[in-house]
Amino acid sequence: MSNTAVKPRIEKIPLKEKLFHKLPMFLVPVLALAGLAAIGNPSSWLTLTVAGLAMGMMIFIMASGLTVVFGLMDVINFGHGAFVAVGAFVGFTVLAWLAGWTASPSVMLNLAAVLIAILAAMLITGLLGLAFERVIVMPVYGEHLKQILVTMGGLIVAQQMIYVVWGPDELHISRPQALQGSFVIGEAAIEKYRLVAVAIGLALFLAMRHILKKTRIGLLVRAGVENGEMVEALGYRIRRLFLIVFMTGSALAGLGGVMWGLYQETITAHMGSEIMVLVFIVVIIGGLGSVEGCFIGAMLVGLLANYTAFLAPKVALISTIALMVVILMWRPQGLYPVVKAK
Amino acid sequence: MAEVLLTLSGIHTHIGPYHILQGVDLKVPEGGVTVLLGRNGAGKTTTLRTIMGLWTASKGDIRFDDHLITRLATPEISRRGIALVPEDMGIFTDLTVAENMILAAASGPVDVKRLEWIKELFPPIGTFWNSSAGTLSGGQKQMLSVARAIIEPRRLILIDEPTKGLAPAIIKGMTDALRELKETDTTILLVEQNFAMASGIGDTVAVMDDGRIIHSGSMKELAEDATLQEKLMGLSLEAHQ
Repeated sequence: MSNTAVKPRIEKIPLKEKLFHKLPMFLVPVLALAGLAAIGNPSSWLTLTVAGLAMGMMIFIMASGLTVVFGLMDVINFGHGAFVAVGAFVGFTVLAWLAGWTASPSVMLNLAAVLIAILAAMLITGLLGLAFERVIVMPVYGEHLKQILVTMGGLIVAQQMIYVVWGPDELHISRPQALQGSFVIGEAAIEKYRLVAVAIGLALFLAMRHILKKTRIGLLVRAGVENGEMVEALGYRIRRLFLIVFMTGSALAGLGGVMWGLYQETITAHMGSEIMVLVFIVVIIGGLGSVEGCFIGAMLVGLLANYTAFLAPKVALISTIALMVVILMWRPQGLYPVVKAK
Repeated sequence: MAEVLLTLSGIHTHIGPYHILQGVDLKVPEGGVTVLLGRNGAGKTTTLRTIMGLWTASKGDIRFDDHLITRLATPEISRRGIALVPEDMGIFTDLTVAENMILAAASGPVDVKRLEWIKELFPPIGTFWNSSAGTLSGGQKQMLSVARAIIEPRRLILIDEPTKGLAPAIIKGMTDALRELKETDTTILLVEQNFAMASGIGDTVAVMDDGRIIHSGSMKELAEDATLQEKLMGLSLEAHQ
């Protein structure tokens, strides 16, 4: 080949295509600035922005697993909300056991209690994800209608199991001492817990990005999302990879459940299915299978929900759906459509 | 004659309601290039995909190195030393050239010496090592697809129309590269529409039509036998002239 006179060339990426990739990144700052202009008061804006980012981070945590599961194996999992609810209840149970730690004035003990609750919730929901994939999802690969029906059934079963174990009533979780209250910056009050949620969400996003970009398993996931058949032809068992991703996604939903429960301070068996509406909106806005798109979508939904709740509470009810409609009119496959080989 | 590396006996493949392969019998000798010819829709791509386990044969046996592989999963077939270069190239466009190559070395780290040889064989692989594979031209993507298949030593490489849509100068380069690959004793089963290219590097040939092999033998014989070409012409070869 070296003897041929063919000069290597690379196709230049047109400006339009470059902009296509960059534009969604500006949406969050643009929305934040638009929010500032509409709200007028910088203190209220700061409080709402931190609240919106915290909400967005928690939705991202719950949605990230779902979007990768869809991208990798084309599986629509309507049962994802079950992991959110189970995670919240497991977290609640652990925090109740560690009531002495959460009531202690020691910040370290408070954080240790939350950490143990999160780890327990992730472990249980990860194992639940294993059972869910093997028993419920595996028999219906490639059949979307059956996936919707059977995963919805799985969600109902999980909710009923929560009734059996924890009873039918809603439960109240108190945040540990260290996570209660707010920091006051000027006239803005910023809840401590929301800052923690932002920090955990951001750390998780950066960790996911690092894993997807820099590790072999991340490369496999990205390659599998694009062309799973070719990944198999290279000698990798994609079903095993999918199981790992499914379990990780379930564990992340469990983590999101604990955080959402601590955020709302009330948990119910239906909390998962309720939050799933927002989770699906975020996944669709981001582009099915795209982690970056999911992150931006979650931030947009969190900010918009908080801004509109302040500015026009009645509009807040439809604001996120309106956002999805606008984004889909602009980009029918979401912010970052994942290219799939056919 | 060389020992037979791959044998397909009475292979039938159904895709949904369609009966594509209707009893394919094919022998691929070890260490040469076997060319599979046939008009569009004859079943060539389905034959390669069935060997690779991407579609499961509904009837018949596939033996590779005297082991039955008909029911094995695709990753297991790959691990036995069979690689596929699909018609659509199967490049991961979201990954860089380097990442594509790293993933293709499924059994461990990339062998540096082998990689250097591949970069000599296909210079754009080195030139665009850190570029996104999605930005490569069609010919470069095809080179990457073949390079990926040979990043580890393989016993058999299934290549589906490597010159499709490529400029003549690139086709010549690809032909030279396959010829050099052939000299490393790698067995190649090549689906090709370009008869001039195929007859230049093929040792044996099989012609398919309607999901069956209608002729098999030496490529030299077919290339030199105008009557035989004439006989097959109406059935299959007209697409290759």
